[in-house]
Amino acid sequence: MSDPVHPTEAVPPIQIHDMTIAYHKKPVLWDVDLDVPEGVLVGIIGPNGAGKSTMIKAVMDLIPKASGWVKIYDRPYDQMRSAIGYVPQRESVDWDFPVNALDVVLMGRYGHVGWLRRPSSEDRRIAAEALEKVGMAEFAQRQISQLSGGQQQRVFLARALAQDARIYMMDEPFAGVDAATERAIIDILIELRSQGKTILVVHHDLQTVTAYFDWVIMLNMRVVAAGPTNEVFTDENLQKTYGGRLTVLSQAAQAMADHRRGN
Amino acid sequence: MLDNALRFLSLADANVRFVLLGSLLIGATGGMLGSFAVLRRRSLLGDALAHAALPGVALAYLATGSKSLPVLLFGATVAGVLGVLLIQFITQYTRVKADSAIGIVLSVFFGIGIVLLTHIQRAGGGNQSGLDKFLFGQAASMVGDDLRVMTVLTAVIIVAVLALYKEFKALIFDAGFLSTLGFSARKVDAMLMGLIVLTVMVGLQAVGVVLIAAMLITPAVAARFWSERLGTMVVISTAFGGVSGVVGTFVSSLAPRIPTGPVMVLVATLFFVVSALCAPRRGMLARWRRHRHNAERERRHHFLRAFIELSNKESRNTLPASSLAVELGWKVSRVERLGHKLARQGYARRSDGEWYLTDAGVEEGIFIVKSHRLWEHYLYYRSILDADHVDRPADEVEHLLTPEIIADLEQILAEERGIDPDEVVNIHGTLSHYRRGGRE
Repeated sequence: MSDPVHPTEAVPPIQIHDMTIAYHKKPVLWDVDLDVPEGVLVGIIGPNGAGKSTMIKAVMDLIPKASGWVKIYDRPYDQMRSAIGYVPQRESVDWDFPVNALDVVLMGRYGHVGWLRRPSSEDRRIAAEALEKVGMAEFAQRQISQLSGGQQQRVFLARALAQDARIYMMDEPFAGVDAATERAIIDILIELRSQGKTILVVHHDLQTVTAYFDWVIMLNMRVVAAGPTNEVFTDENLQKTYGGRLTVLSQAAQAMADHRRGN
Repeated sequence: MLDNALRFLSLADANVRFVLLGSLLIGATGGMLGSFAVLRRRSLLGDALAHAALPGVALAYLATGSKSLPVLLFGATVAGVLGVLLIQFITQYTRVKADSAIGIVLSVFFGIGIVLLTHIQRAGGGNQSGLDKFLFGQAASMVGDDLRVMTVLTAVIIVAVLALYKEFKALIFDAGFLSTLGFSARKVDAMLMGLIVLTVMVGLQAVGVVLIAAMLITPAVAARFWSERLGTMVVISTAFGGVSGVVGTFVSSLAPRIPTGPVMVLVATLFFVVSALCAPRRGMLARWRRHRHNAERERRHHFLRAFIELSNKESRNTLPASSLAVELGWKVSRVERLGHKLARQGYARRSDGEWYLTDAGVEEGIFIVKSHRLWEHYLYYRSILDADHVDRPADEVEHLLTPEIIADLEQILAEERGIDPDEVVNIHGTLSHYRRGGRE
């Protein structure tokens, strides 16, 4: 095996080419051009509104692309959905929904189950195992609103594990969780990486970037830098990513939005 | 009235059987689909859909001259769906918010429907047309043919819900996730909406465009109080709806001129009221009881802690209510009342006009004192607050600390500050130069 951080010729799990995303004609992410190598743990960092969630959602076709394309193992995303596991932001759902933890994790199996069919006992076993793996086995029957924030995040992670994917996209899995949950999650991410999976994590805490991630994508409405953490996570790139003042890009985006409104 | 009841219960009358079965189907399908509609926040859209169906009924009659149910319901469906699409168009392409769009479309379509109905009645002479039953519903008008149509629609709805249960569940909980799994969330949503449309159509003749949304919303909301699983909720909601249909029909059969649809809605509302009050965990009474229990526990903790602190300070095992009242900043009468209550619960006793604690009272009291002081120390040494600000947060937190948290606190204080936890209880006196309630 070659060094995963510096791939040589293998097909990259994710290729993004010239991808631009716009909300109501206002561009929020410009010209992303990026190959993510296999078997790395990638941190996506950048200030609020930098387009971090937008990027992973666009890769999974959850929001339309204004231009560009994405390939998963050299094939269109549509054919490769089952290769990607997804952990959305915890706040994106209503936790008062009447299901228990195991029901939620079982949803991770629905892609394998397919239309109109019921999950099999094998699917249930996989779901129970995934819950066990995140240390939530004893809460399987607990209604999800009765779980703490950290426990809810673990349930989401277990649901993604139950998908049994090759690539994982996680939107701020560490947001608002306790230290024990953060440790448990990072241990699982490291284990996934050791199985050769590729993991992209939207991340907020700059302090832990070097400890957690071997690759990093630094965003601020465009890719400021992307590559192995020890090469690109530099003071200079941090300054470019987080440095104050409106960038030319956000000014231009605002102008385009204003123009559309006829101002 | 008794005669009516007996005739109803004997089911001898074919018409009674039709009406009863029809109401049962309407209630049950409404309850079933209602669970999904309510959880998907589509309650109001269902109402708009029903109101918007009215002009469709009138136009179908004007166009065909037929009053057969399939023809009228076809018109109703077209108009209803058109109304819903219009609402979606307005919310998507203008700055008008969903509630306003629903209000506008609902009233415009309903208004057009009323105008058309009035026109038809004038032209047809009096109530000849019989279309006005779609306004408030007329269960008694259901005949064998109508029932066959309703039974087929109901069967379609039940089979579709059973087949798509998993998809609906995932759609409502997390539509984005569902689409990453390769299901088209748009298609699943459209199918759910289609079933809601069918459900409304099933009930349109008997309950009417004005009230049918209630049969969609009320049983489902009532059922949510009793269940934490979607499957159970759907079953309970279906049962609530079905029973509402049957009971509504029975009540309206007792005397002439009691309309069935509105009574069905009232029965469903009764289910809702009872559920909202009495449901075990989510009900208002249960919540009120929990709240009262917590407040009671808090008062007990205050009493016990004040007792222990004061009896330590004054080195006596019995205390008069008056000195406890000073320590707590309460009225003497309030201390006495709480004391008697605690005596009944076995925490305290009274002898010779003074109070003392039982073993249970001392044990819980010492635990609370310990919680309070450990937490104060924790906050103090973590420099979160100055010492004279410490008391209030500790007052709030002491009731919530579990033995595990206490053990953690002891460990933190011992490791980081070299404080012997046993000493904490004693050295507290030197720290407590702050005052409580303006006393001293």
